[in-house]
Amino acid sequence: MNEVKNRSGFWFAVKSLVSGLQLTWKHFKNAKNRRTPEYVTDKNYFNQPDGLVTLTYPYEAIPVPDNGRYRLHNEIDDCIVCDLCAKICPVNCITIESVKATEEIGMTSDGTKKRLYAPVFDIDMAKCCYCGLCTTVCPTDCLTMTPVYDFAEVDIKNMIYHFTDLSPEQAEEKKQLLAKQQEEMAAAKAAALAARRQG
Amino acid sequence: MLAFVLTLVLLLSIVIVLAYAERKVAAFMQDRMGPTEAGPHGSLQAVLDVLKLLQKEDIVPAAADKKLFKLAPILIFAAVFAGFAVIPFTPDLVPAGIGIGVFYLLAIISLDVVGLLMAGWGSNNKYAMLGAMRSVAQIVSYEIPAGLAILAAVMVCQSLDFQEISYQQGALINQFPGLEHEINWLFGIEALGINTTTIGGITTWNIFRAPILMVAFVIYFIASLAESNRAPFDIPEAESELVAGFHVEYSGFRFAMLFLAEYSMMVLVSLVAVILFLGSWNTPLPNIGPFSLAYWTTGTVGELSSILWGGFWLLSKTFVLLFLQLQIRWTYPRLRVDQLMHLCWKVLTPIALGVVLIAGIWRLLMI
Ligand code: SF4
Ligand code: SF4
Repeated sequence: MNEVKNRSGFWFAVKSLVSGLQLTWKHFKNAKNRRTPEYVTDKNYFNQPDGLVTLTYPYEAIPVPDNGRYRLHNEIDDCIVCDLCAKICPVNCITIESVKATEEIGMTSDGTKKRLYAPVFDIDMAKCCYCGLCTTVCPTDCLTMTPVYDFAEVDIKNMIYHFTDLSPEQAEEKKQLLAKQQEEMAAAKAAALAARRQG
Repeated sequence: MLAFVLTLVLLLSIVIVLAYAERKVAAFMQDRMGPTEAGPHGSLQAVLDVLKLLQKEDIVPAAADKKLFKLAPILIFAAVFAGFAVIPFTPDLVPAGIGIGVFYLLAIISLDVVGLLMAGWGSNNKYAMLGAMRSVAQIVSYEIPAGLAILAAVMVCQSLDFQEISYQQGALINQFPGLEHEINWLFGIEALGINTTTIGGITTWNIFRAPILMVAFVIYFIASLAESNRAPFDIPEAESELVAGFHVEYSGFRFAMLFLAEYSMMVLVSLVAVILFLGSWNTPLPNIGPFSLAYWTTGTVGELSSILWGGFWLLSKTFVLLFLQLQIRWTYPRLRVDQLMHLCWKVLTPIALGVVLIAGIWRLLMI
């Protein structure tokens, strides 16, 4: 039986007081060592038993995992404005407005043709729950998670990130172009219809 | 007047260093970093804290007893600061060299208690009141073992003059008027026949002149922790129970005064411990044969060298004790009220009485 002996007495008390002082002294002496900001897979990560554990955060930080889910970023040049991300988002924090282009705009870096403009592409980071679903469905892999996690704002309006590359004027111009094209097409159609009736 | 200004400046700078050291030592002992932003390694933190306090609004609670509330910090600081008047900083520099210095110091420091009670009562706040009551009970109790331990030292030295006590504990003993023919024996026992009068150094410190004073020193040190409300005897301002104790309602300049008084008290009790037991401004290095280390590291009385050496030894010994106070604060948990009183009345006081008795007998061996 291992009974815990309740020890007391003058010398025992002195001994325990001294060992307490030794403990704090040891930590004080080791204060010249400091923890290094290393990733958890680093050999050294669990091998730093003594020294200061604080990292001076804005100046140094432990790296985040590659597959971590933090702030979203949309590479708008590669976005085909398919609206999949907005549809899958469980909290509806992506707002997309699309305008059909009158001609082909160009190609994304993986070779998909772009046919839509996005006058509005907003992600409300304050609503986002960082589930990552949107990045999974994105067909061109343009919507990605970045390792940035420190983006607090004073004004909550600044939490809405605007990714569109069109200025309001340009967007208006594209809309008018589209309207004109559609009018022309409608006129052409009407003309063709009329011609067929006559013929 | 000059002494007043000098002491105040010296005290302020020591307190600033101490407040910074407190935070850094605490941090290091808990594996943290402490202040890092203000100045190199955060060294300006304490200065900035004081500046911040001075800018703050001076709030006097509506329900407080305004006169007591406003007067208390002044009284507390004045009581502690007045204690510095009799502290000899170097062989020939003492703000007020009066013959009954020890007695005066004990008396004037007791005024501190009145100030604490005024602050606690005047705040009209239950935490402040409880803190003040605990504080007063604690300080009044611990004055007894502290006083007895000091009495033991005074009996061995046969003097109430701090400067005379200081001279006795070094190789300069025969230079003090009235002590020309005094002789120091090793451990204060003449029968051993080892004359340490000219050896000086650590052999003539009070704790070695009469080793029983080692016990007195430990008792005094413990009691002085309680008197300056330091952990593990910090129940008067136990943050987790009483928010901040008697000064919970204070802000701005008045709080700065209380803060200053608290740290000055720490410095003062450490200075007294050094002067009465650890050889005052005397060097720890003894004269060994041809190497008169003690004389070399003391300087010539009346010249700049003695002022520098004396100040250096006194302050470095004080800082060692202050560091010990800090370390104790971050090592030991707080005592309960009943344990506190048990320690004082049933342990320290009887031992201190015994020490006084033995110190009296020891004195007989010394002559
Ligand atoms: S990470 Fe989830 S919540 Fe955030 S935008 Fe994408 S789908 Fe919506
Ligand atoms: S799923 Fe990708 S390509 Fe489609 S709209 Fe969203 S970000 Fe653009």
